[in-house]
Amino acid sequence: MHTRTIEILVGLFLVCGLLAGLALAMSVSGLSGTSQDTYKIYAHFENIGGLTKKAEVTVAGVQVGTVTNIQLEPEMLVAKVEMEIYSQVNYLSIDSSVQILTSGLLGGKYIGLSVGAEDEVLENGSVIEDSQSALVLEELIGKFLFNKVSE
Amino acid sequence: MLDFLASLGRGFFDTLAGFGRATIVLYRALVVWPQPSVSFPLIVKQLYSIGVKSLLIITVSGLFIGMVLGLQGYTILVDFGSEQSVGQMVALSLVRELAPVVTALLFAGRAGSALTAEIGLMKATEQLASLEMIGVDPLRRIVAPRLWAGFISMPILSMIFAAVGIYGGALVSVEWLGVYSGSFWSVMQSAVDFYDDVLNGVIKAIVFGLVVTWIAVYQGLESVPSSEGISQSTTRTVVYSSLMILALDFVLTALMFGDI
Repeated sequence: MHTRTIEILVGLFLVCGLLAGLALAMSVSGLSGTSQDTYKIYAHFENIGGLTKKAEVTVAGVQVGTVTNIQLEPEMLVAKVEMEIYSQVNYLSIDSSVQILTSGLLGGKYIGLSVGAEDEVLENGSVIEDSQSALVLEELIGKFLFNKVSE
Repeated sequence: MLDFLASLGRGFFDTLAGFGRATIVLYRALVVWPQPSVSFPLIVKQLYSIGVKSLLIITVSGLFIGMVLGLQGYTILVDFGSEQSVGQMVALSLVRELAPVVTALLFAGRAGSALTAEIGLMKATEQLASLEMIGVDPLRRIVAPRLWAGFISMPILSMIFAAVGIYGGALVSVEWLGVYSGSFWSVMQSAVDFYDDVLNGVIKAIVFGLVVTWIAVYQGLESVPSSEGISQSTTRTVVYSSLMILALDFVLTALMFGDI
């Protein structure tokens, strides 16, 4: 075979390797997030109970964005969750509420967003006030036992 | 009895001497003043015969292994109502374990055996000796480009294997079995870490590439110059490489993920 053909094929091989590495970085490990245009909204939670970065944000079960950052708000001592929502989903009303849910019995946590009724919509930097924390099994059992005792 | 002890001792020292010779081969082939204008075209040629020609078997097996993982993972996870996690399962098992190990096993069978046979035949037909006669070091001219091509090809092949496998798993579970694609990818992305999982997998692949090509080249150089000798060396390359890959995989996994 000609040297030129061999060189082209080897070049193609290296490019394939590069593309595979890029696919592993971008779509498998989500290193640089999504390539789609997004806007950021925030929500405060009393307890995030195992929510992680890159978790889904859903409306009616359909993914509309991802969680990009979670940190403790120093004054209020609550968790501040930063979410990136796809730009084409620009019709979420300002009085929407968020909830931390679990997918299936053993699955990971995700955020479910229930859309409200206002005409005004969420924009970049909006903060959702109406939030419901994650269900923590230990707290639930604790409450149940406490009720049993007081009966 | 005495004979038995003597042969045991001789075998031990032969093995030690073999390790020593293999290390000297590696050292003399790689630790040299680089001459890019001479060695680069040779490496490109070897990249073709080692890397490009292995591409077909790697992509096909990667695709099918990913598809099987997707199918098996789905049938198990759907019982627990957690079929969204199938992406996480496919990606983690491919990126951490299966891509480096299976690629290295296939690489040993496809490229390692060919390397041994080629160098063994060069030795049997005294091409290596004639190179030395005209003042060309066969370790630099013949062995070094093959070693470098092996080191470069293995991580690339392993990454291609993982990427193709994950898309194969996505094809089965998202397109055919109906897992919601948003959860499939986002659960995968939240579980797979680029540095901890992807890069550690690539490091594994580099180590396996080094071991496989080293064993292949050494067995070729050490082969008995006869048709039977070459066939034995080729067999030894595949057997030793496979054993080393599986043993090293445990050690590397323990170091990277095991907290041992």
